[in-house]
Amino acid sequence: MYFDWNVVTYAAPLLAHGVVMTLQVSAVAAVLGLLLGLAAGLASLSNSVLLRGVIRLYVEFIRGTPLLIQIFLVFFALPVIGIRLPEFWAGVVALALNAGAYIAEVVRGTVGSIEKGQSEAGLSIGMTRRATLMWVLLPQAWRPMVPALTNDLITLTKNSSLLSVISVYELTRAGQAIIATHFAPFEIFLLLALYYWALISALAYVSRRIERALPSW
Amino acid sequence: MVTRPVLVEARGISKSFGARNVLQSVDLSVHEGETVVIIGASGSGKTTFLRCLNRLETPDAGTVRIADVTIGQRADGRPADERELANQRRLFGFVFQRFNLFPHLTAAQNVALGPRRVLGIPRAQAEARAVQELTRLGLADHVNKRPGQLSGGQQQRVAIARALAMDPRVILFDEPTSALDPELVQEVLDAMRALAAEGMTMVVVTHEMRFARQVADRVVFMADGRIAEEGPPETLFGAPRDERLQRFLRHLEPQRDL
Repeated sequence: MYFDWNVVTYAAPLLAHGVVMTLQVSAVAAVLGLLLGLAAGLASLSNSVLLRGVIRLYVEFIRGTPLLIQIFLVFFALPVIGIRLPEFWAGVVALALNAGAYIAEVVRGTVGSIEKGQSEAGLSIGMTRRATLMWVLLPQAWRPMVPALTNDLITLTKNSSLLSVISVYELTRAGQAIIATHFAPFEIFLLLALYYWALISALAYVSRRIERALPSW
Repeated sequence: MVTRPVLVEARGISKSFGARNVLQSVDLSVHEGETVVIIGASGSGKTTFLRCLNRLETPDAGTVRIADVTIGQRADGRPADERELANQRRLFGFVFQRFNLFPHLTAAQNVALGPRRVLGIPRAQAEARAVQELTRLGLADHVNKRPGQLSGGQQQRVAIARALAMDPRVILFDEPTSALDPELVQEVLDAMRALAAEGMTMVVVTHEMRFARQVADRVVFMADGRIAEEGPPETLFGAPRDERLQRFLRHLEPQRDL
């Protein structure tokens, strides 16, 4: 087997540009996805049947369709109804919508798993369900949420490689460009895998630090 | 007691869980300043009845009135919305068997949470009042500890302070000492005794017969989802008429000697 080290040394710094783009698109999508997921998760715990139904539909749709199709829908279908987004923002929107659905389920599940006596105690001092959610249940849910949220953000970061199909010049797309000119798919894909692995490891490390920094009792 | 006005009046409270009729048309009046102790075997419906009073459980039938408020109804007779019901619910304080303190908050924050978030009292003022309530319950040294750092007896006293801080008209106690180690029971009973002596209206579900004898103005014995017998403790314990009550008290006999 022949392994072309020259391509690797040539490609390694070129791919750094792609890493930056991957980080940018993932970070923006992560922030939006977290906000969306938190809002949707809390809404799915509300009293409103309508609101719960809408969230249910959203989560089911995202879970029931491939991300690749969702990306194409945002990029190609939205312009049909007059919303035209540049590749970067189409990518951000698609990733955030996707992650938001899974995060909503994490929020709903974690907050819902807080012992029933806690919400009863909130009600017993005259709090509404909403106040109980905000001041009693949610503050206790942050820490147990972190591991599951980390999984979702890791998935989001890896999923950003799919944005190569709409020409977002992120890591995977950058690698493909090099493959196209140098035809060394094995070396480049291996290099891409290592880059992703390093990125995800850093993310996991940060997440563990956050989890440890959050109060437990 | 009879001369004092009625504060809480439950009429025809019924509740089923599936096919099980847990409560069958229970009536109970509690007078201002009175301590009513509810006893009965487990499964007799006493906890469910207590939870129906403040609507932690929604009764299938019956009404609960406290002062001039009918729980779950607005003044004009229409059903209360959630906010209104929350307001009505805080006329009752509730002390849980397992304390149900908020583990992420200190003792003072636990007590101050309701005043802050429900009554809108500024934080400094709410926490000052919380410290005052905690001090009254002998917890001055523990105001900044979290529930996890407190013994069961201390936690239950924090829970009582949390109920008191909302200025309830009556406090409902759901087996407040059942989850405690035996040596911690007394401190909680003493706190409750002091409250009763100060004239707080209380409804207490408990298995502590000595407390019932000494503190209750009236004892209610529940069996099979109904009130089987009620009366002053001397009569109820001294000359029980209901056969189930006689059996219930006989079973407790060895415990009382401990």
